[in-house]
Amino acid sequence: MSTVSVACDPQNPWLARRARIQRITSETPGVATYDLVLDVPPQAGSFSFRPGQFNMLYLPGVGEVAISISGSAANHAVIPHTIRQAGNVTRALAELSPGATLGLRGPFGTSWPVEDCAGRDVLLIAGGIGLAPLRPVIYDLLDRRDEVGELTLLYGTRSPDSLLYAREYDDWKARGLDIRVTVDRSDGHWKGNVGVVTVLLDRLPLPRPDQTVVMTCGPEVMMWYAIQSALQHGIPAASMSVSLERHMNCAIGLCGHCQLGPEFLCKDGPVFRYDRVAPILKVDDL
Amino acid sequence: MTVDVTNGPPFLMPPEGLQALIEQLARLGYQVIGPTIDQGAITYQPIDSADDLPCGWTDVQEAGRYRLERRDDEAYFGYVVGPHSWKQYLFPPHAVLATADRTEDGWQMQTPDDDPPRFAFLGVRACELAAIAVQDRVFTGGPYVDPIYQQRRDAAFIVAVNCTLAAPTCFCTSMGTGPRCTSGFDLALTETADGFIVESGSDAGTDLLGKLPVRRATPEELDRAEAARQQAVDQIERSMPTEGLRDLLLNNLEHPHWKDVAERCLSCTNCTMVCPTCFCSTVTEVADLTGDHVERHRQWDSCFNIDFSYMNGGVVRNDIRSRFRQWLTHKLASWHDQFDTSGCVGCGRCITWCPVGIDLTEEVAAIAGAPQRTQPADTVRESAP
Repeated sequence: MSTVSVACDPQNPWLARRARIQRITSETPGVATYDLVLDVPPQAGSFSFRPGQFNMLYLPGVGEVAISISGSAANHAVIPHTIRQAGNVTRALAELSPGATLGLRGPFGTSWPVEDCAGRDVLLIAGGIGLAPLRPVIYDLLDRRDEVGELTLLYGTRSPDSLLYAREYDDWKARGLDIRVTVDRSDGHWKGNVGVVTVLLDRLPLPRPDQTVVMTCGPEVMMWYAIQSALQHGIPAASMSVSLERHMNCAIGLCGHCQLGPEFLCKDGPVFRYDRVAPILKVDDL
Repeated sequence: MTVDVTNGPPFLMPPEGLQALIEQLARLGYQVIGPTIDQGAITYQPIDSADDLPCGWTDVQEAGRYRLERRDDEAYFGYVVGPHSWKQYLFPPHAVLATADRTEDGWQMQTPDDDPPRFAFLGVRACELAAIAVQDRVFTGGPYVDPIYQQRRDAAFIVAVNCTLAAPTCFCTSMGTGPRCTSGFDLALTETADGFIVESGSDAGTDLLGKLPVRRATPEELDRAEAARQQAVDQIERSMPTEGLRDLLLNNLEHPHWKDVAERCLSCTNCTMVCPTCFCSTVTEVADLTGDHVERHRQWDSCFNIDFSYMNGGVVRNDIRSRFRQWLTHKLASWHDQFDTSGCVGCGRCITWCPVGIDLTEEVAAIAGAPQRTQPADTVRESAP
């Protein structure tokens, strides 16, 4: 079960810490991973978060943007953020080089129920950049691989060149992650699946659905269909978690922007057990 | 003459005592904020003397209309609530949250030293006390505290005033917030022809009461104050059906009436600006000419602004129907889930200040009168999210 944690000073939540870009890794067209380190003592090189949480990254003069943390929670020194150029702040971030500084508030929000995975099968379903908030789960579960049963990642992207973290797949497979990938549109070299991610799900054996944990992150429409398919396979709604996104402005539940029905996605989410948010996901434009 | 004010019945302060109250508050270091006439409306602004109060004036309100008129007496508080609320002092419409300075070592982020005046609010109505209590939950009741709100709130001294009349837009009795001030004040006044019946609600209030020209009120004076307060109760004609209201609205998110309201609503944000509990805000980056010094400015925002729900190049609530539905269902329904209280205190400001006179009590009644067909729980919406 995900829980709320308070990271920055709860009495002064507006204060950003200074972070420095240590490394920038180009991932796919328009997407790069920024490895950040806190460089002001006493917190320099010391950062803790739980898989699924996000930070507010701040470029003075441009603004703040909510970005999920895509690294290993066991690594307290380096804080990776995989960022797609989408708006003003992310485009300005793309102009920066290693060594540049920016502000960081966080970590914020709820986390994936990784502690509920012991002894159960785990099914991760990601779409596009939605793999980034799930990568900390992959790292965590691979670090204690023998504690869980089947460990599967279903991953769908638009095209073969937009597969995130492809360089790591061999290592993940070797350590016991069953990766199944599909793309919306193939190219001349693609020999894998083409189609939506639910097609992969429908082909999956799922030997014990009542003992399977699902965590999904991607476009809402993808998560919606994936969950409907998982429900038909007998996976209980209470065993599934989604990561939702709305405009996050303050990240601490005070500014009102990220509301979806009764939920403030920044502090009640972004990770929710599916049965909690199922009714509000059914309403258009909420 | 000194009166023991630590116990016993309420006290009577003559009309001139109001000036002494304002002077005592100033002497204690408070900036006194009170009702005063500005641009044809009674607003809340810094005042220096009782002469600044709208003595002898009243407000005439209905949906989409507000006018000041002379009273036939010289009452200081013979009106209800105007376009301002105390939230503009506790949750300023404009505040600097943080600063950033470019140094040789990179950006240096700080939060500014905040040294606001200690406010004394004179003339806080029961619905406004309730609104302050609602915003206390929003800004100081969660895992994170807004330091800007908290500092102003902790320092504030509140002189409440019991309403002795009601506007046609008032419905505090439905929301259980008034018109009687029962808690959340330091001092509470009831104005009658005799002067002011004064009650203390805190130690600070009792301390100040001891410095005011008061005497014990007679039973007759207390009866006249009770009658004055009852007049406000008797004048309230508007009501909100609060019983089952949360479930009614959340079960009618696809009700055709939302479209009907959307054809009238201008999405102008007036209702959210005058609402004493609306708390949404946004942050703007303000840089100097060099770009080396940046301030983060927080301003009030509104769920009626089209870019309020902007995300990844799109807008979630792209029509007035969805924006009005968000405002009303948040205020009256999901606020309960979030803060264990309604977001509405029944002050009626959103009705008065709506340029097209949309009345939330009527919109709720329209939905309650013809609720949408209950959908089976497993119904999947036609279009996927």
